[in-house]
Amino acid sequence: MKRYLWLTLSLLSILVLLLAGCGGAEEPAEPDAPAEPYKVAFVYIGPPGDLGWTYEHDRGRKIVEEELGAQVETAYIENVPEGPDAARVIRDYAQQGYDMIFATSFGYMDPMLEVAQEFPDVKFEHCSGYKTADNMSTYFGRIYQARYLSGIVAGSMTEANNIGYVAAFPIPEVIRGINAFTLGVRSVNPDAEVHVVWTSTWFDPVIEREAAVALLDGGADIIAQHQDTTEPQKAAQERGMLSIGYDSDMRAFVGDTVLTSPIWNWGSYYLDTIKAGVDGSWSTHQYWGGLKEGVVALAEFSPKVPADVVKLVEDAKSDILAGNDVFCGPINDQDGNEKVAAGQCMSDGDMLGMDWFVEGVVGTISD
Amino acid sequence: MRIIFEKRQSISRRAMVLVPVVSFLVSLLLGAILLLISGANPFETYAAMARGTFGSTYNFSETLVKAIPLMLTGLGVSIAFRMRFWNIGAEGQLTLGGVAAAWVALYWAGRVPAFLLLPLAILAGMVAGALWAGVPAFLKAYLGVDETLTTLMLNYVAILFAAHLYYGPWRDPQGYGFPGTAQFDPSVWLPRLVGTRAHLGLIFAIVLALALWFVLNRTRWGFELKIIGENQVAARYLGIGIARNIVLALLLSGALSGLAGACEVTGISRRLQQGLSIGYGYTAIIVAWMAQLNPIAVLFVAILMGALLVGGDQVQMTMGLPASMGLVLQGMILFPMLAGSLFTEYRLRIVRPEKTDPLASETVEAAS
Repeated sequence: MKRYLWLTLSLLSILVLLLAGCGGAEEPAEPDAPAEPYKVAFVYIGPPGDLGWTYEHDRGRKIVEEELGAQVETAYIENVPEGPDAARVIRDYAQQGYDMIFATSFGYMDPMLEVAQEFPDVKFEHCSGYKTADNMSTYFGRIYQARYLSGIVAGSMTEANNIGYVAAFPIPEVIRGINAFTLGVRSVNPDAEVHVVWTSTWFDPVIEREAAVALLDGGADIIAQHQDTTEPQKAAQERGMLSIGYDSDMRAFVGDTVLTSPIWNWGSYYLDTIKAGVDGSWSTHQYWGGLKEGVVALAEFSPKVPADVVKLVEDAKSDILAGNDVFCGPINDQDGNEKVAAGQCMSDGDMLGMDWFVEGVVGTISD
Repeated sequence: MRIIFEKRQSISRRAMVLVPVVSFLVSLLLGAILLLISGANPFETYAAMARGTFGSTYNFSETLVKAIPLMLTGLGVSIAFRMRFWNIGAEGQLTLGGVAAAWVALYWAGRVPAFLLLPLAILAGMVAGALWAGVPAFLKAYLGVDETLTTLMLNYVAILFAAHLYYGPWRDPQGYGFPGTAQFDPSVWLPRLVGTRAHLGLIFAIVLALALWFVLNRTRWGFELKIIGENQVAARYLGIGIARNIVLALLLSGALSGLAGACEVTGISRRLQQGLSIGYGYTAIIVAWMAQLNPIAVLFVAILMGALLVGGDQVQMTMGLPASMGLVLQGMILFPMLAGSLFTEYRLRIVRPEKTDPLASETVEAAS
């Protein structure tokens, strides 16, 4: 018995080593290429086929490929878990000679910083985090502005005054979105409540759907979400209910029951950043663009949205563009205590660390 | 005509060597067909996988990073399996081991001398893992509660408890409210092999595997465990304390998984956060079976599994295939190998009913 095991294992090892050897020998000698393309890699949390978060990042990548053609070479890896595993993947790209690496989920922050310190010549770009280095920048968008606008739509159109919100993790990014959405809802409908359910996952179609169903069972007639897929929207549609999408124009994938969606447009940011990398003008930055820069937007309205609601949204949008941002007082927290006084606005720092719910949200932060 | 499985009278040497090798080749062949269908060159893909896992010191060290927790949990699980105690709770035992180590690392600093902190963290991890396995062991040994359910359910309890801690009371106060504890003080970092992320856990695993091999094969206690696993009635006749031994063996089993968790948090993530285990405790079950519960073989099988995990990413990164292809290939390689092991103990035989005597053939049918 034992002897057999040893034999098998050593044979296996030999086979594997042989394969590795073959692989090494096959490597073609690199001819002197005239102009090396700028190599860019993307690390994704889900698959581009999620039709949401990763889909939008990949759309941005494709825009870069189209615009810059042979100047760049892009690659991506999908379904990379957050945490230590990500460090291996990012380091692998850095070792393979990629010039710039984008990591598009919050949990890649520390792993990316760790690798960034080992590869000073590679540019690192982390989406949604807050840690930077000489060769590592952060980028994100003020999606909360678009969420506020979508809240106006939901607040105007809910009949039950009960709106469900399927949310991933109780972290500031998500809390900020729920709060902005709720402020939008309550700006037109002070009686409506936003009920939050946590899923503890960015990408899990089954769990996302179940959470939406639970909210619908609880009496919600509109479902909003902070997830990576269209499943909550589909669940609402199957019950004959309405929804607000996220990430991409989910109406295109689900139908007119999706009233509108706060969406991402990464193309121009990716294009500008990679161009800066190519011409050497890249430097550490913390990008946080909003409606004005176009990195976030509200998708086209469903025909179900009446004209007067569209008008309300348009007005609110010009208000934001004029500089009256979403988190300006008076704002109360869940218990009715004043958090932001009238005439004051939250600083970017406070918004980035937001850990409390506004009045009108039903749910708790700790899950 | 029927095909029946028949237990081999004696296990032939030739089959023992040939079956796994043939299984592996079949695996590669099946995978190659799949790769061809999806338009990738199978040779290039396999070469990329091999290069990415064994091709350089660094790549091999990353394979080891994955293999270390698999070695430790694999060893833990195989002790329990030897007694036919189906401990599928290694995932929870690992998680709780990580929690306990994090507790020491975060809250004992300053109260005990710095050089004691790391050993204490590791010890705490082992104790926590042992207790977590001890509960179902006690329930099984003294109350007859089915262990598959209890060990499995306790996984969820441990994982959710850990999440509660790093989302709640243990959350890094300087972390902008993001989940995860603060990073441990460097005095609690498990030393890594120079220039890599492979850590001291590797040495633990090797030493423990050797020690376990000795205990299981050369000591009275190892013999007792073997008897309990093979024949409980006989064990009782021999006066072996079954309940006591189940609990003892499971404490050891849990301690090993707890050690894996303690090594992960002090050696790799250096904080308690999401993604502490990516299913190591479940993969450990495959590792234990493929190694046929042999502690030394567990080390090698864990490396093979670690290579499959790392190699799966290579399929994406260098071949541009979707992530699911990596997983499918892992399955394709494992499945024939597990299935193949059946053929070392059994063989297929084609049985033809005797045409001359219809009555005889009927009795055969009835008997079968």
